Formats: sequence, structure tokens, C-alpha cells
Amino acid sequence: MNSEILIKNGRIIDPANDIDKKCDVLITDGRIAEVGSVKKTVQTVIDAEGKLVTPGLIDIHVHFREPGDEEEETIASGSTAAVAAGFTSVVCMPNTNPVIENETDIEYIHRKARQTRKTHVYTMGAITKGLQGVELAEMGFMAEAGAVGFTDDGRGVQDPTVMLRALKYAAMFDVFIAQHCQDEAIAGKGVMNSGYYSTILGLPGIDPLAEQAMVWRDIQLLKKTNVRYHAQHISTTGAVELIRQAKKDSLPITCEVTPHHLLLTEECCAEYDTNYKVNPPLRSAEDVESLKQAIADGLVDALVTDHAPHLQSERELEFLTAPFGIASLECALALYVKALIEPGILDWPGLIRLMTEKPAKIIGVDKGTLGKGKQADVTIIDPEAEYTIDVSTFRSKSRNCPYHGWEVKGKVEKTIVGGEIRYEA
Amino acid sequence: MALKRKSKQFKWHRKHLLGLRELSAEEITYILDTAKGFEQISTRSVKKAPPLRGKVVVNLFFEDSTRTRNSFSLAANRLSADIIEFTKKDSSVSKGETLLDTAKNLEAMGIDIVVIRHSAGGAPRFLSRNIDACVINAGDGFCEHPTQGLLDTFTIRKIKGTLEGLKIAIVGDVAHSRVARSDMWAMTKLGAEVTFVGPPTLMPTEIGRLPVKVSYSLDEVIEKVDVINMLRIQFERLGGNPFPSIREYSHYFGLTVERMKKAKSDILVMHPGPINRGLEMESEVADGRNSVILEQVTNGLAVRMAVLFLVNQAAAQSK
Repeated sequence: MNSEILIKNGRIIDPANDIDKKCDVLITDGRIAEVGSVKKTVQTVIDAEGKLVTPGLIDIHVHFREPGDEEEETIASGSTAAVAAGFTSVVCMPNTNPVIENETDIEYIHRKARQTRKTHVYTMGAITKGLQGVELAEMGFMAEAGAVGFTDDGRGVQDPTVMLRALKYAAMFDVFIAQHCQDEAIAGKGVMNSGYYSTILGLPGIDPLAEQAMVWRDIQLLKKTNVRYHAQHISTTGAVELIRQAKKDSLPITCEVTPHHLLLTEECCAEYDTNYKVNPPLRSAEDVESLKQAIADGLVDALVTDHAPHLQSERELEFLTAPFGIASLECALALYVKALIEPGILDWPGLIRLMTEKPAKIIGVDKGTLGKGKQADVTIIDPEAEYTIDVSTFRSKSRNCPYHGWEVKGKVEKTIVGGEIRYEA
Repeated sequence: MALKRKSKQFKWHRKHLLGLRELSAEEITYILDTAKGFEQISTRSVKKAPPLRGKVVVNLFFEDSTRTRNSFSLAANRLSADIIEFTKKDSSVSKGETLLDTAKNLEAMGIDIVVIRHSAGGAPRFLSRNIDACVINAGDGFCEHPTQGLLDTFTIRKIKGTLEGLKIAIVGDVAHSRVARSDMWAMTKLGAEVTFVGPPTLMPTEIGRLPVKVSYSLDEVIEKVDVINMLRIQFERLGGNPFPSIREYSHYFGLTVERMKKAKSDILVMHPGPINRGLEMESEVADGRNSVILEQVTNGLAVRMAVLFLVNQAAAQSK
């Protein structure tokens, strides 16, 4: 057994304990034994001079496509990619085939994850059976089997009475309800943001109002219930302002933002490159600014990738018919560095907080910290390492990533999961 | 005159015609000038010229079309090309083959020019990136219909001499119209002032960023314009219920004999066809003395010959 690991001389960033200092971390029997100046001699010593040592990164929004679309991604390939990207925990979305909607489905995900032994893999369950938005799925059984929350992600729960019922019912369990905030009546058959570019490209648009209307509606429902609500991948100024007010009103609401909504705009679709087709769609430059401001103001609770792998053959389609989704798990950290650290919106502790402590809180797991006695999930980052994103090196099965060729900074050196080194650069 | 001389020095280099948005005024003028040269072929006793002899043109049509497809076929015929007709019904697309595979299979047979009509905006551009053959857009979703834009512009230029300073109204379902977009790009680039006229529910998003004026009143606009292009109501593309009834639409936006009384006496009345008679236009107007609807069709042939000729030439030069 690798009973002891000593990480020497790194810059320890542990936002949950307000730590940002140069020192050592000792891991004993899979748990954090000490953070400070450690004199002990152990067999495995990692020199982290010039590196950041942080709690293992957590991505609470990934699509690993298993069961059903294993040609696009599997829990094995996805979690191998995740661990190489510094993630020690991920949360899978339930919009697989079949949909994750009962305790057997939840156990299946967990079993696959155990067999791979890369990251911790959590899953959410569906809010409604078959994501149909009509009948509630078995939330209780799923929660008992370990579902960390519920969502119909891929689409939003359209019927307000169903959503209200879900929010009420979920209060029985210590879970949260997450929503893909999009009113389908407004969004229609849109494939990109509704605006100047959809007009000149002759593509049906998704009005930002589709997101705003759904967030507004859910906030009204939330006032009648008492359960944690999480707005997934928000992308518009309208949603930001509604959430700002709801937080002021002390409602139990959290939200997340993806790298593509921080780095890319609708203009990217101008050449009909399907790598830019994503839902919610890439929005305007003003929306991007609003999201960055929201992060600067502390309104955003988690950074997520919404890693959505697709086959190459599905990208080689007309923009109108190609599926939605960007696979960005493996370059996520560098993308956040580019979007948030380089322009000075967040410092490193601020970024790490949104990738560890805060998302752990949303999903209700005792992680995202280097506190003494906690499970030793640790990520070691070289903040100065520069590299060029090359999708051909991805461990993910898919390559639908618009960042190929980007020059970026910030690389994961080592990923330790439960006291085991699971990835080394 | 200055423009004309300039266009003679100009060298055409595009092997695809995907849209008019990316073309310069000079390029558009060059196509129109080239089309002028092809006009007389149709009036000769032997209606054929040799420039595309030995070349294969495929009409790849994923949407219904009579006028455009026949016009392209005839244009290719007159330039001595061989033609393959591919329509959705007799293709394997219904068996689930992708657009790209369909095109690659055709390419494997040795085709030179693909004329594509598709319901997805951007499909021709997508194809041009993935195959070697020349690609000509014959209408993609509600993005562009460049040869229609060119033939409309050609028709106006032929009669009025120039586009410069003309006031042109484009009336109807602008939101779902590729013709409106291609007309807008071509006509404004050549110096015309274009006004989109129709109900707000049929105007595209962020229209304020397009180089056009917008009006909801045909009665106000009709007095001022030199050209009026009436778009067809595309029932197949209309989502929901953008206007309460056809009766009400016709009342506000139909080109009636009564309304024509307010127009300039030399106004050109255009329509990309097929006409919904009595709906967007009364028959008396469609067949009236201001109508150039059939000239548009005739000119379409010359314009399409010019486009086939130019892309083929550019492809030959790039080899």
C-alpha cells in the first residue's frame, strides 16, 4: 500500500480553510494527515516547488454517455480524461440511454466507476421519468442509492406544476434540484443564439429570453418550497440579474458557468463550425461580460465543463442537424485560467474555491478541502506551464472541442485520488 | 463607366458561390457583366456554347424546386456540361446517408460542380469545406439564394441602368427568406437603398444591424420606391401563427391594383416565384405592365450560366 505521501514545498491553496501558503502536505492511509511544515521521512516524496497544491478539482456537470452511447464516451474513458485534467470527482448527468431514473441505474454508474478506479464518479438522477417532464422519477430510491441531486439536463422541466411538485417532493431528502434553464416554447427549434448572427446565417435562433423566463419561473416556485435549487450552465445577462436578486432575497439558489460561455461568443458560429454548437448556445459579448462580472461579484457557485462528447461523424453534419455539445474536460483548467485569472477576475484561491469547496457543497459531499482527516484528493498544478491544446492527445473518446490549437497556460502535474497517485504528467 | 472598366481588369478567383454577403461590389458587377455576355446564347438558333464541355454538373436538390433546378440544368446544358439530377426523393438520403457521404459518393464519380439546395442554412458552405468540386448555392434554408439575388439585381440593372441611388422595397416574410437576404447584400453593395416591409413578426432578429430600412407600412413605402420585390408567403417555413389570417395579411401587405395606383408609374414589380396569386399579389399586377417577373426568369438563365462559367474557370486556374 502507498501508505504515506509527502508533498513538499508547494503553494498550498485550500480555500475551505482559508489557507494560501507555501508548506507541505502529508497524506497517510488515504487521508490528509497534516498541512504545514512536515519533517517526517516517507517513501513517496513529491517535490512541488513552484507548483500549486489544491484540493482535488470537482466538476459537477459532465456527460459520460454510459449507458447507451459508449462509442462517444464511457465512464472509463471519461474518468481517465478527468483525472488527467486534475479532477478527482465528477458528477454525471442522467440523460443517458436509458435515462438514469432508478436506484439500479445509479448503482450501475457507481459500479463502472469502481471498475475504472480513476476519479470519484457521482451521478445525478432524472427529475422526471424518461426526462419527459410529466411524472416524477423515483427520487427517494435514487437518493438512497447515492444520487447527489436531480436534473432533466439536456432539457428543462417545462410544466410549472411538475417542477413545483419536484421541488416540494425533493425536500424529503438531502438533495438539490438542478435545472437546464430553457423554456422550450420560446427556444423553439433554435440551434444558436438569436441575434445578428442567426439572422445573417439563416439559422433558427434561441432567444436569451428562453433562459431568463425559466430562471424567473423557477425562482417564483422556489419561494413556495424549501429545497436547494441549482441553475445549470447559465449563459445570459438576464439569468445573472435574476439570480443576483434571488440571492439577495436569501433563496437557496446556486448556479454554475461553463468555460465556453466565458470564452466564446455567437460570432464563433459564423462559419457553421459544429464544434461551436452547444446548448445553451454561445451568446453575445455582453452576456460574456455579465457572466464574468457575476463571477467577480461572487454570484457564481461552481465552474463546470458540461463536457458533452460526440462522435466525429456527428460533427460532420450541417449545423442545423448536428447535436449540441462541447467536449472540454481535458483542457478545462487552462480555459478557466485564460477566462478568469489572466484578465484578473479571480486569483488562484478564488478559482480553486469555485472548483473545489463550492461545488462540493452544492452536491453535499465532504470533499473539496485539504482539512485534516479528509479523504486525500489532491491536485498539483503547474500554474506557469504553457502548452498548445491538441485534441488528438485527448483521453476522451471524442474530439468535438473548439479549442484545438489554443495557446494556454496552467497544467495539471499530478492527481491524487483517495491517497493514490492516479495521474502523473 | 468607371465601374465597367474596373470590372474588366478584375480577375474572378472564387471556385464556389456560397452567398453574396462575402462578395464585393466589384465581384457582383463582374458576374453581372459576364451574364450579359451569355444572354445572346439563348437567342441564337443554336443555343449552345462549349465552355463546360466534358464537365459534370450535379443538381443536388434536397428541397422542392422547379424554376431554379430547371434553370440551372438548362444553363449547364447550354454550356455543354453533362448533368446529373439528384433529388431527395430518388436519393439514399431517405436511407439515412449524411449530406457529406452523399456528396463524397457523387464526387467519387468524378463531378466538377455541385449545385446544392438544402433546408439547412450553411449546408453549401459545409460542403465546400469538405469536397474538391465547385459548390454553387441554389438556396440554403433562410440564409441565402445568391443566384436569385444576382438575377434580381441583373434585371433591375438591365432596365434601370444602375442600382446606384434606387429605392427598393422587399415585402413579406423577410425572416424566413433567403431571397430577401441575398437581394439585400447584392443591392446595397451596388448602392441601392433597400427597405424591408412586413409585419414585425416576420422580421429577423437584430434587423437594426443589417444595412436596410424597415417599415411595417406598405402604403407608406410604395409611393417612394423604384422597385418592389414581393416575397412569396412560404407556408412551409412559417412557424406558429405570425399573422392572424391570410385575409388580414393581404389587406396590409398584398400588392393590389388599388395599391399600385400610389406607385411611381415606372415601378418595377418583381417576384421570385412561385406566386400565390391573390395573396401577396393580385393577378392583374402580376401580369401587368410593370411586372418583370418573367424577365427575371429569363435573366436567371444568363446569370446561372455566368456563375457556372466563372467557378469552373476559377477551379481550372487553381489546378
